[in-house]
Amino acid sequence: MASFSTNQFKLGLKIMLDGDPYSIIENEFVKPGKGQAFSRIKVRNLKTGRVIEKTYKSGESVEAADVVDTEMQYLYTDGDTWTFMNTQTFEQLSASAAAMGDAVKWLKGEELCNVTLWNNEPIAVVPPNFAILAITETDPGLRGDTASGGTKPATLETGAVVKVPLFVEQADLLKIDTRTGEYVSRAKED
Amino acid sequence: MPRKTERTLPPADIAPVAWRPSASLSALRRRAEIAGTVRAYFAAAGVLEVHTPVMMPWASCDPALHSFSAQPTGDGAGPRGYLQTSPEFAMKRLLAAGSGDIYQLGPAFRAEEAGRHHLAEFTMLEWYRVGFDQHALMDDVECVVRLALPALEFERRSYAELFHARYGVNPHTAESATLAALARDAGLELGALQADRAALLDGLFADSLLRDDRSGQALFVYDFPREQAAYARINEGPPAVAERFELIVGGLEIANGYRELTDGDEQAARMHAENARRAALGLPVVDVDPCLLAALAAGLPACAGVALGFDRLVMLATGKSRIAEVTSFTGTAFD
Repeated sequence: MASFSTNQFKLGLKIMLDGDPYSIIENEFVKPGKGQAFSRIKVRNLKTGRVIEKTYKSGESVEAADVVDTEMQYLYTDGDTWTFMNTQTFEQLSASAAAMGDAVKWLKGEELCNVTLWNNEPIAVVPPNFAILAITETDPGLRGDTASGGTKPATLETGAVVKVPLFVEQADLLKIDTRTGEYVSRAKED
Repeated sequence: MPRKTERTLPPADIAPVAWRPSASLSALRRRAEIAGTVRAYFAAAGVLEVHTPVMMPWASCDPALHSFSAQPTGDGAGPRGYLQTSPEFAMKRLLAAGSGDIYQLGPAFRAEEAGRHHLAEFTMLEWYRVGFDQHALMDDVECVVRLALPALEFERRSYAELFHARYGVNPHTAESATLAALARDAGLELGALQADRAALLDGLFADSLLRDDRSGQALFVYDFPREQAAYARINEGPPAVAERFELIVGGLEIANGYRELTDGDEQAARMHAENARRAALGLPVVDVDPCLLAALAAGLPACAGVALGFDRLVMLATGKSRIAEVTSFTGTAFD
């Protein structure tokens, strides 16, 4: 089984800890003047996103995780799983709700997503940074109210609820930043 | 068949060679200024500047230090040696020869150390004061560090006090199993050394104190556990403690000092124990420096000595975050 020694640690390296795949997000060589040298790493659990810290004695080895990031196109959902297609090989894979995380709030079909595969199973899905989505329900717009800074909730076609300015109309298309889940602007039809 | 061409310039698609210094010229000027004030301080205090060889026939026995061996590039003739991990042994020979107080500002070499705060070749400021104990030497270290960082406030806390505040146990008396449980909680992976008291204490010390800390607080930690004595004198207590201190500034270790062990037999025993540990860890066993032991047998005066990472001091004084930013070039290929 492939493994990495502490002197191979670097940002982005994928390793296995307690049965889960992790990515190294910080790596520091630490050595008390007269003692043992260590590599202190911060790692992100690729399934849960949780960040933990580990400190390895220099020379220790850690099992490598078979993790790759792939661009895949979102096709459809049956409600339990979400199906993606590799646009080069046309291979289709299904992601669980846990792997989808918040991505479900922004996908309606055909988007190119970054899918993290562990042993060829999707474990994380990152949607495009911006989504253009229609509103299915919101209070009537207050025409011309572009200055008050007030907001109201709007339900989108994917079911996500976002805060929007008061002037937004039910018929508007919205541009949403999927990284923050925030309204960016009104959008035109493609 | 490819046509033979003559070239006087490298092809344009080859990346340019990164020949420039890793430090700015202003950082190098500040570095020179600090070195000047250090030399003036020691001259005024009557401490003699010395230079000992960077290459000697003996390597450090410390299992946590890895020396570079130096080989001739010629036909095999010529002396061999090791680049010194610190000038400690040669300086102790000078002390035993009656030099009185001495200091040295020069290069030290440690293989397998690389990072923001570690370079395989770095600059060490090492000095010895005859008749000083660890607290008198800490006073002296404060004066030297203030030459570069005039506004710094210093605090002194014993190792036991800090350890108890952080982990709720006494490091001198706690069972190794207790330390191992603390290490597990801290996410320490020590492999074959998971039950080793010295490695556990090193790991916990690093976990609690050696962390970037924006406050820039200067902390002297003194009276180390006897497992961490290295070549410091043991005060039998109780509890028995090593008369050793470290200066940590903003989570970065700056200096390590001892009230020096002067007993040659005890020194030899510790070096042989280090070699035994090297063997147990699968590291090469090295020859013990016979000149150091002979010098101690002849009589090392009661003294305290300290090694200070000069690059780190300059790094803090210039507000940089990597020592490469205060050294002209980083020298080694793996940097």
